[in-house]
Amino acid sequence: MHEVQPAVVVENVTFLWWIPLLPALGVLFHIFLGRRVGKTAVSVVGPSVVAAAFIVSLVAFIRVWLGPPGLVLQQVLWSWLPVGSLDVRFALQVDALSAVMILVVTGVGFLIHLYSVVYMHDDPGYARYFAYLNLFTVAMLVLVMADNLLLLFVGWEGVGLCSYLLIGFWYDNDANASAGKKAFIVNRVGDAAFLVGIFWLFWSFGPGSHTFSFSEIAERGRQLSPAVVTGVTLLLFVGATGKSAQLPLYVWLPDAMAGPTPVSALIHAATMVTAGVYMIARLHALYELAPISLDVVATVGALTAVFAATIGLVQTDIKKVLAYSTISQLGYMFLAVGVGAFSAGIFHLLTHAFFKALLFLGSGSVIHAMGGEQDIRKMGGLRRYLPVTYATFLVGTLAIAGVPGFAGFFSKDMILARAYAEAPMLWGLALVGAGLTAFYMFRLFFLVFLGECRADAHTRAHLHESPRTMTIPLVVLAVLSVVGGYVGLPEFLAWGDRFSAFLAPAVGGSAHAGGHPHLALEVALMGASVFVALAGIAVAYRFYIQAPQTPQQLAARWRRAYQLLWNKYYVDELYAALFVRPIVQLAHVLWRQFDVAVVDGAVNGAGGVVQETGRWLRRWQTGNVQHYALSLLVGTLLLLGYFLGRG
Amino acid sequence: MTTVPASWYVVLGILLFTIGALGVLVRRNLIIVFMAIELMLNAVNLVFVAFARQQQAMDGQVMVFFVMTVAAAEAAVGLAIILAVFRNRETVNADEVNLLRW
Amino acid sequence: MMPLLTLIVFTPLMAALMLLAIPREQVRALRRAAFVFSLVPFALSVGLLFAFDAAKGELQWTERAAWIPRYGIHYLLGVDGISLFLVVLTTFLMPIVFLQAWDVEKRVKEYLVLLLVMETGMLGALLATDLFLFYVFWELMLIPMYFLIGIWGGEHRIYAAIKLVLYTMAGSLLMLVAIIYLAIAHQQQIGQYSFAWEHLLQLRLSPEVQKLLFAAFALAFAIKVPMFPLHTWLPDAHTEAPTGGSVILAAILLKMGTYGFLRFAIPLFPEIAVDAMPVVAALAVIGIIYGALVCMVQPDLKRLVAYSSVSHLGFVMLGMAALNLQGVQGSLYQMLNHGLSTGGLFLAVGALYERRHTRLIAEFGGLWARLPVYGAFFLVVMLSSVGLPGLNGFVGEFLILLGAFGRFPLAAVLGTIGVILGAVYLLWMFQRVMFGPLSNPQNASLKDLSPREIAMFAPLVVLFLFMGLYPKPLLVRMEPAVRVTLERVESRVRQASASCGEEAVCVAEGGRPR
Repeated sequence: MHEVQPAVVVENVTFLWWIPLLPALGVLFHIFLGRRVGKTAVSVVGPSVVAAAFIVSLVAFIRVWLGPPGLVLQQVLWSWLPVGSLDVRFALQVDALSAVMILVVTGVGFLIHLYSVVYMHDDPGYARYFAYLNLFTVAMLVLVMADNLLLLFVGWEGVGLCSYLLIGFWYDNDANASAGKKAFIVNRVGDAAFLVGIFWLFWSFGPGSHTFSFSEIAERGRQLSPAVVTGVTLLLFVGATGKSAQLPLYVWLPDAMAGPTPVSALIHAATMVTAGVYMIARLHALYELAPISLDVVATVGALTAVFAATIGLVQTDIKKVLAYSTISQLGYMFLAVGVGAFSAGIFHLLTHAFFKALLFLGSGSVIHAMGGEQDIRKMGGLRRYLPVTYATFLVGTLAIAGVPGFAGFFSKDMILARAYAEAPMLWGLALVGAGLTAFYMFRLFFLVFLGECRADAHTRAHLHESPRTMTIPLVVLAVLSVVGGYVGLPEFLAWGDRFSAFLAPAVGGSAHAGGHPHLALEVALMGASVFVALAGIAVAYRFYIQAPQTPQQLAARWRRAYQLLWNKYYVDELYAALFVRPIVQLAHVLWRQFDVAVVDGAVNGAGGVVQETGRWLRRWQTGNVQHYALSLLVGTLLLLGYFLGRG
Repeated sequence: MTTVPASWYVVLGILLFTIGALGVLVRRNLIIVFMAIELMLNAVNLVFVAFARQQQAMDGQVMVFFVMTVAAAEAAVGLAIILAVFRNRETVNADEVNLLRW
Repeated sequence: MMPLLTLIVFTPLMAALMLLAIPREQVRALRRAAFVFSLVPFALSVGLLFAFDAAKGELQWTERAAWIPRYGIHYLLGVDGISLFLVVLTTFLMPIVFLQAWDVEKRVKEYLVLLLVMETGMLGALLATDLFLFYVFWELMLIPMYFLIGIWGGEHRIYAAIKLVLYTMAGSLLMLVAIIYLAIAHQQQIGQYSFAWEHLLQLRLSPEVQKLLFAAFALAFAIKVPMFPLHTWLPDAHTEAPTGGSVILAAILLKMGTYGFLRFAIPLFPEIAVDAMPVVAALAVIGIIYGALVCMVQPDLKRLVAYSSVSHLGFVMLGMAALNLQGVQGSLYQMLNHGLSTGGLFLAVGALYERRHTRLIAEFGGLWARLPVYGAFFLVVMLSSVGLPGLNGFVGEFLILLGAFGRFPLAAVLGTIGVILGAVYLLWMFQRVMFGPLSNPQNASLKDLSPREIAMFAPLVVLFLFMGLYPKPLLVRMEPAVRVTLERVESRVRQASASCGEEAVCVAEGGRPR
């Protein structure tokens, strides 16, 4: 049913390695010189290495764009793991998919670096912050530029490390450090499954050399039995649920908001958490062979989209709301790739990167102005004080809510249309999720920017718009949140879906495949999603502007349900009871009862027996030479008697 | 000239050895114990010489020289030890010198 | 040809003798001399690294001299891809240990001399290819360690030292019996005594005899590794040993056990070894998970790192049990990794101990604020131990688990769970020591790393990165020797099973037992 893939054209180039190398040089600079050269130098070097990487990425992108369809730029750096038939290379590649990703990573990354220059300016760990942030950029670039699964995994864990370090950036608070640790460990759970998937793949491929390169996986995957492909893809997907915060491994992302806000924008919204989606799109050839896995991916995605949205309804921390909305939006991306709409998933990834980074940076601007306050119940009416933030935040909110004309609308609509064609049930879920999204995002918007200001007098006196360096990224992202959608219009409009056409060689020409819905149906579906979005906004307006007492009344009436949502379905508690505590208890038992008592007991027991025997025997050792002489004599006589008697 | 039969020497040797052994076992004064040891050694020497004479072989005689040499060395070392013990503990009573007791 | 191996083995002993000539009061001179002397074997072994013929899987640079020829005992040395990097690891770590020895104040001269003697013992054990000679060096390693722990150790040092010696002796004496049996068997089969490894490989022994001999060798090595459940000497010895002793113990002495398996126990008794590998794999996996779990609840930093060794060496044994290229190479690689990263962890813990004279995790917290440079090094060392891709630990763990999956899929999956737990206990430890508020006032005035200490950690970090990003130079030098070993095992097993008329057990890669 899929059209024949265009022939892949590999072109060897030698400039690709500059893309991750430039930020890597930045890391070295910050580590070795950062504290000596002072903040100014750090704030110049930090963002500019990313900007330079962006320019190189742009060159790569343009070459892929203008080149023949299916062009892959490749640079083999060195042979990494040559062991027997295993021959993994340290090689970078840029095809259409990677080209989009590196632009997002370096582009949005640059804006966020820029924003951080002011946001983090008074922090004593300024150089350390930029070292981490640049390191993250390196790892993320390796992830999206890797030409094989194993190198992807290097980036995959590398970004996890940076996430760990940046969540716990303000380490003197134990809660932050714990959040970072939680993120790393939950990710590791997923990564373990990912590794097992790699092992299985290796041993299923049979003889011949194994490079794990994506082209090889795509090619050899066809010879695998369906059971193996399903197993492997599911295991890899478990890895993706960890990294991309899907059910059941999403629990780390809300806690990850402990990190500095620009970090949340870059890592926990725009780039790292989308790695799972990227991975599946990258391995689309394998996933397309495993319909069961795709169904699982789509179902988990749709369920997560709704699940996280419901929790988002009642959160009061501005960043937590955005965190749950990120989880929910990632669910949409998984729904997209799960129904085979790989380019739609990546399209949503792109637009989401714009508007969610915008929303996070906007929230950072708000938190900055509020002197660190994150509780939306204590905000309100900030429109007057933060006009730029207000305007850009509104654009972001409209985009995520799926209001026509904004970026989120087009990408979400593309997903919904495809979901309707493949799995109407999931489409229904996604539609509900879209309504919820519109509601809770506008709830957030209304509570923060409109109505009465509920901050105390002291905070109110200090309210101020953020400086230029922070608002410029906001404006740029706001523009992108609008125009970003127009690269992938519905087929029947203007220039149509250029984005999918561009990606087609890399992720399959899925946009045209599988019987496109009729024009009328497509318009009807669009109407439905616009309707739920507007309905969500209307309800939010009713609840938080017109009749602000309604939410409390509802919460009181549906107490149970409200408690359940407020406590996030008690999932953290459940995991603590199911895994964390039993494991720690088991560890205690193993140590005290087994290691010390049984094993060491046996060892010391053996020693004890020898000692006791000796203690008993030493009574013969009176120390009196004459006793010894006597026993000597007696012994001699006995021996004499024995031999004489025998002889 | 009648020769004394070898058995007489052996009996004398056994008697001397027994006296010496009993002396080692029952006396408490280390000097006496020491002398008793010398007595045992000399009892053995006597038997060696007697048998050497009876067998018309030199081996026994030679062995006696070894024993005497050892005895001399032993006397030197042993007396020195006893002296050292006395200096440290002001006694040569064997019952009171029991540092080797476990 | 230059007797390079002899030079490598005995220069430390010569240095020890020369150190004896320096008066004990001249502590500075002693320390400097020991450090400089320890650079000599390192330089020589780097020379060996370049002179080594990477394409050859057999022993090279062999040396031979008669010792007690009447009983076939010779002075035989040789190096191949299996021992090469362990030798370099040893000579590389010793200068670092001598840098650390600046912190030792008590009986400096004896400490340094013992370390040098120990280095000769370790290098000799790695390079000896005569089993008698091997045994001599094997025991020679033990005695200095006994004194290192017994004299410079912590509170319960005597208990720990005696436990170490008795545990090790229990195994190694049985091994000595087995070695002598082999020499006698050689006399009976070939006509003359021989302790030479290459001769003994040719022996044909009945399965019953092999079983007993393998058990004797395996016991000696399993205690040294240590494999679960013979590991309880390790936490005590590590905890009580002085920092330098802990580093050597973890980095090199434990490797003697795994090296012994690969060099002696498996090639000498291949038929039985292949049958025993499922058990080894099972114990290895238990060790991985068990060690990691016990690690999580340790209140004492050194004890935690010690138990982490149990877990990490479980990986090494798991890879070896796989008996395929990936697994065994990963296992070899992981030996180096463990030596570097756990050695680094002990150095890090030691640096804290020197400052605060406690090892209890609860005493620390928030140290990053005071010790940022230390924190950065500690972080990298910790991540290397966690097995973060891009650093050395990942290469070993990945190859091990990949290889193990081909033979024992369940064990590999369980081992992968151990990877998760590894992150849990190390990150948690790191968090409790370095992060959080700086609440303990005694930590408020700690000094960051001195240049000497940085010189200890910096080479480690460079190696972590190098071995993580470009492991090829090491892997290609290991591969021929590993291949020869595996082929030897495979051909012997095939012969044995052909005579039984059974289906051959395939040990080469690509062949999973079906």
